[in-house]
Amino acid sequence: MSNWIDIAALDDIPKRGARVVKTSHGCVAIFRTIDDKVFAIDDACPHKKGPLSEGIVHGSKVTCPLHNWVIDLESGLAQGADHGGVATYEILVSSGRIMLDTSRLISKLVA
Amino acid sequence: MSQKLVVIGAGMASGRMLEELLELDTNAYDITLFGAEPRGNYNRIMLSPVLAGEQTYEEIITHDADWYRTNGINCRFGETVVKIDRANKQIISAGGITEYDKLVIATGSASFFIPVAGNDLPGVIGFRDFDDVNDMLSAAKKPAGKAVIIGGGLLGLEAAAALHQQGMDVTVLHLMGHLMERQLDPAAGYLLQKELEGRGIEVICQAHTNAIFGNDHVEAVALEDGTIIDADLVVMAAGIRPETRIATDAALHVERGIIVDDEMQTSDANIWALGECVEHDGIVYGLVAPLYDMAKVLARTLVNEPAKFIAPEVSTKLKVTGVDLFSAGEFGDADEREEIVFRDPARGVYKRLILENNKIIGAVIYGDTIDSGWFFEKQKSGEDISDMRETLIYGPAFQGGEDYNPLATVAALSIDAEICGCNGICKGTIVNAISAGAHDLATIKATTKASASCGSCAGLVEQVLAITLGDEFEAPTAQSICGCTELTHEDVRQIIKARSLKSIPSIMQECDWATSCGCATCRPALNYYMIAEWPLEYKDDAQSRFVNERNHANIQKDGTYSVMPRMWGGMTTPDELRAIADAADKYNVPAVHVTGGQRIDLLGIQRQDLPAIWADLNAAGMVSGHAYSKGLRTVKTCVGTDFCRFGTQDSTGLGIKIEKILWGSWTPHKVKLAVSGCPRNCAEATCKDIGIICVDSGYEVSVAGAAGMELIKTEPLAKVSSEQEAIDLTVAFVQLYREHARYLDRPYKWVAKVGMDWVRERVVDDLGVRAALCTRFEVSQSVYRKDPWAELAKPEYESRKWSPLADLTLEAAE
Repeated sequence: MSNWIDIAALDDIPKRGARVVKTSHGCVAIFRTIDDKVFAIDDACPHKKGPLSEGIVHGSKVTCPLHNWVIDLESGLAQGADHGGVATYEILVSSGRIMLDTSRLISKLVA
Repeated sequence: MSQKLVVIGAGMASGRMLEELLELDTNAYDITLFGAEPRGNYNRIMLSPVLAGEQTYEEIITHDADWYRTNGINCRFGETVVKIDRANKQIISAGGITEYDKLVIATGSASFFIPVAGNDLPGVIGFRDFDDVNDMLSAAKKPAGKAVIIGGGLLGLEAAAALHQQGMDVTVLHLMGHLMERQLDPAAGYLLQKELEGRGIEVICQAHTNAIFGNDHVEAVALEDGTIIDADLVVMAAGIRPETRIATDAALHVERGIIVDDEMQTSDANIWALGECVEHDGIVYGLVAPLYDMAKVLARTLVNEPAKFIAPEVSTKLKVTGVDLFSAGEFGDADEREEIVFRDPARGVYKRLILENNKIIGAVIYGDTIDSGWFFEKQKSGEDISDMRETLIYGPAFQGGEDYNPLATVAALSIDAEICGCNGICKGTIVNAISAGAHDLATIKATTKASASCGSCAGLVEQVLAITLGDEFEAPTAQSICGCTELTHEDVRQIIKARSLKSIPSIMQECDWATSCGCATCRPALNYYMIAEWPLEYKDDAQSRFVNERNHANIQKDGTYSVMPRMWGGMTTPDELRAIADAADKYNVPAVHVTGGQRIDLLGIQRQDLPAIWADLNAAGMVSGHAYSKGLRTVKTCVGTDFCRFGTQDSTGLGIKIEKILWGSWTPHKVKLAVSGCPRNCAEATCKDIGIICVDSGYEVSVAGAAGMELIKTEPLAKVSSEQEAIDLTVAFVQLYREHARYLDRPYKWVAKVGMDWVRERVVDDLGVRAALCTRFEVSQSVYRKDPWAELAKPEYESRKWSPLADLTLEAAE
């Protein structure tokens, strides 16, 4: 069961950048690519939990600022020779507003 | 018994002809070679680089004394042939009579001196041979000498560029409405004029020369409209005329040139002619490629092999001026002709294809000639281009929607596509040479002659090497920036300059980046290169910066940051210390560390607290220490004459002055300085990027040290007596480093590549260059010498940048 919450305006996030949504289990990084695609992933690199929201965004990937792991925003998976991945969350963009599906976020707490 | 062959003229055509002849049959003839110039055959085309100082005469000699001796050629250089006695089959020269069985006339052309008063004054010369070049070089030695070039065609512009490079004040006078009107249309001619004027060469078109003035030497040139131009040197580059007097005197058939048939034979059965002095089928040639064709034909004719000269399609490429220019075929307007034009004036690119009946009949390309060979091939083949008409102007890489491959242009050329226009070498010849073992440019030059004349096809030849050898090809160059491109840092820096690229997307577009957005390696590099190249125009792209530089704080392993305010020259005050201590308390800073850079680091600060802590430090008069930047980090000092009993100068004062000038600047990598008050060097200046040791008589400035992963002592740059000079040297060195070094090369790495001599020439020896570097640094600093903390602490950044988008911890309980 989806639980869509209106998070922010698309323009609140810089192109090729990210901002975070605080949750009680950690931050979720909301990314905006150069062509206005929006992705949401855990803001913690599978390597050593570096803040992916601070990485350089290129195409639909981000390079972690701590040790340069490259994470694909769509799948949450580490690229190249690295292994591991982060959770991804559903996003809807409608009329310039970003909607985040928080169902999986909340269910983590309830359990 | 071999026959006697006499050749009149030792130019490029005769030299090539003799080579070809000897290759076919070394014993057919007893050869005597006459030349009016007191020297053997040399590459006349390369006189331009010799004039510009880029090559020496020795380097352009095509046939040396050994070659003549080995081939048994009797050389009579400096001996003018004055008459041909056809009846007795002999020629008469200053040395007497020489008999011939066969005679070849290769007298070339003479410069046309426009018929105005004064055209025979000393100082008025043509641009034809090495003696002319020597005269021009002598004139160029005069400080601030003025040169007037009459004629803005190929030759005149080569002379103009070369003399300008030699330091002369140059003015080009051209009769027609735009430069190089034989090869260029008005639009391309205009771009060329702008380029030359941009370099400081004056160009006057529609200039009708009236007279040349001077008493016993040229002094000025007067135009018909009354303009007077001072001149110490006048170069006649208004055209060449075939040198046919000797043929006319001998009653051979001569029109504009000596008339020859397809076998290069004149109206006399025992006399042949080739080169610029001939006229074939109504055409007289002034470019070298057709002359080499004639040489091949005549050589075969002389050994009774069948051969015919066929008028080739010719194209021109401009060389010494460093301008990328290509022209071929017809480009005049006419009713049944259509054209496709691609124009990007800001980049100085202009491409025009002239079509008739769906075939390319001509092309004029200015500024981006990489595809010129491909267009020329289509022109020569006469193929129908209707299918590709829409994308034609974009070149081979954009036909058929294939993925871009930087070698695609050359790969797409057919086997008989011409690679070397001067020598008529096609791709197939080069490929064969490669298969036969020629694996580098030098060997290909030696075995096929490709790239051996004007040299502008060297890049193409290397591409053919790359395609043919594949993995085995050892590119002589360094690694590319990253996986997004084949280009090196240096390539891209050059392209940014050459094409005035002022945004990251434009670089990726122009250079065909493999990805739409680059990657974490190339984007910061490109961002830096443009900040360095266009300080006033380029807007820094925060999203292409590494986190530390974007947030102006050092990210730590747990996502917190360290904040380090600047301590100028390592000096602080009680108030500053109190402000730092108060901030540490207020923001619950877990760790306070004194750094090697002579300042204090507050570690473990939460991201959202950054603007507040900055505001507090700003309030105490402190600014960012840029402890995270590829920019000026610190200027460490030890106390000098203020207190120290050994201090020779005010090292701390100097250090603070330098820090206040350099702070805020972006550099290829971090820059750390130090100033020590005496040779005891307590500030450890000798392992810094720039280190100054004060001595009694002044300041010893040294550079290119390192004390990180590598430990390297500095190299002396210069010793100066005044504080201001020490500052100027420092600033000039930093700016030179900014403009030339590869991104992420510390100064020591960069200096290892360019050498200290090169650096000293620009920073120490040439005061003009030093001053210019300092000026350019100041221009850049007019934008960047400001506190980023103050900028980022402004309210408009507060909510957008530092706080979370949303806080769901409050909603989770639902």
